[in-house]
Order: sequence, then C-alpha cells, then structure tokens
Amino acid sequence: MIRLLHRIFPHPHLTFLLTVVWVLLANTGSLNSVVFGLLLGIIIPFVTQPYWPDRPKLRNWPMIAEYMLVVLWDIVIANITVARIILFKRDADRQPNWVSIPLELRTPEAITVLAGTITMTPGTVSCDLSAQGHNLLVHCLDAPDPEAVRDEIKQRYERRLKEIFE
Amino acid sequence: MTIIFEILIAFFLVVSGIFGFVGSYGMIKLKDPMSRLHAPTKATTLGVGGVLLASIGHSVLLEGKLSLHELLITLFLFLTAPITALFIAKWHIHRHEKPSDLPDAGEDELWATHAVEQVEDVPDHTAN
Repeated sequence: MIRLLHRIFPHPHLTFLLTVVWVLLANTGSLNSVVFGLLLGIIIPFVTQPYWPDRPKLRNWPMIAEYMLVVLWDIVIANITVARIILFKRDADRQPNWVSIPLELRTPEAITVLAGTITMTPGTVSCDLSAQGHNLLVHCLDAPDPEAVRDEIKQRYERRLKEIFE
Repeated sequence: MTIIFEILIAFFLVVSGIFGFVGSYGMIKLKDPMSRLHAPTKATTLGVGGVLLASIGHSVLLEGKLSLHELLITLFLFLTAPITALFIAKWHIHRHEKPSDLPDAGEDELWATHAVEQVEDVPDHTAN
C-alpha cells in the first residue's frame, strides 16, 4: 500500500506545491481548479522523476518555518539598509568588498537556497562558487569588516540550512 | 471604515513607489558595476512587494473577495531575482576580474568562472 502510494506520489511536496500554485494561478478555490491542480501535481512529478535522483529529505519543518520568517524579516531590513546606503552615504565613504565564505553545506539544493538567500538579504550578492563548490564568493555593498559578514551569514543562515537539509 | 482601508492601501503604494525609485536611483548613483547590482536586486523587491500587498488589500478590504494570486508574483520574483543577479555577477567576473583580484577560493584554488577558462580545447565559435 505504502509502495503504491509512493509510486503515485513520488514527490509529495512537489505535488502539494504544484496544486497550491495552480489554485493560486486560477485565483478561485473552486473544486475545478483543485482537481486540475492535483492532476498536474501527479503528472509533473511522475514525468520529471528521473531528474531528481537523490534529492535531500526535508524533515525539520519547524526549522523551515523559522528560516522563512527570518529571511522575510531580513529582506525588509535589507531594503531599508540598502536604501539608506544609496540615499545618504557618499560614494567615497562606501567600502565595497569581496568576501569568501567556506561552505559546510554539501547538497546542491542547500547551497542554492543559501546563495539565493544571500542575494536577497542586506547588502550582499552571491557571485560565484569555487571550482569544486567548497566556497561561495559574495560581494558586499558596504563592508568595512568582511570577517563579520562571513560569520553572520554562517551563523544566521548556514546553521539553519544545515539542520534543514542534512 | 472605507477611508481607513484606503489610507492603508495608499500607504503601501507610496512605500513601494519610494523603494522602486531608490532602486533605480541607485543604478545612477553607485559607480562600480558590482555595487550597481545591489540596488535593483533589493530595493525593488520591497517595491514590488508593496504594490502586491496593496493589490491584495484592495480586493479583500474594498471589493470583498479573496484574491491571492499576487503571492505567486512574489514567489516567482524570489526565484528569479537571485538568478539574474548571479548571471550578471558571473559575466562581470568573466570579463573584468582576474583570479588575483578576488579573495582566496580556499581549497579549490579557483572560482568556477575562472576555472572554466582554464579548460583546454574550448570549441571556437568565432568563425561562424
């Protein structure tokens, strides 16, 4: 029974996500759109199954919720910080800087999420990975102290992602 | 009651307008290309977010029907903005930065964009 369910829903999270996205896209909560969304949610994971050979298992749901809240809050702060730097800081006083962040994360999915988060949050854009994916290159808009930026990213985001993905 | 809702919606629109403007102004004011990348990736996120909040607020509070497909725009924006930024950053590294300009890549020695350039036998497409 479990195996049959597993064959029909090889990727239950993706099924759920696709259904929700379809219902939002249709913008009505009618049975019609839910059924069609569910249909897409069954077909698409089934067809794309070979592309997810060893996807990481997500277990720590409270941590995922916490991570999303932290990131959303940081995005609002990021906007205000960047706006303040753009408007009030003279260009000569600004210290743009490259920072290299050694990664403890190994799964590609986790590194992707970390890189995306860094781009969306205060004054940092992730620019490149090192050749074997062990370091992340980050550009800071205004960082007098690159070490502090590195430690904050590791402490604030990477620690949480490590608990979610690994 | 309607007037309070209208003020709330107007507030979100004004906030988004300000952040959209600051994002665009940053493109002019910041001098180096890498710093310019920061302005549109961040300041505009809240700019678009404000418009979407106002839109949800308008349909829920004034028209009295739930409309949430604005959330999808936020979702797609969060997926695409970092990728665009990464593409532009990689292009910049490719064209304008030498390996010695960038910080140490740790145990891997080179950043991925430079490592690609080390590969021999890159097919030559310039002829066609």
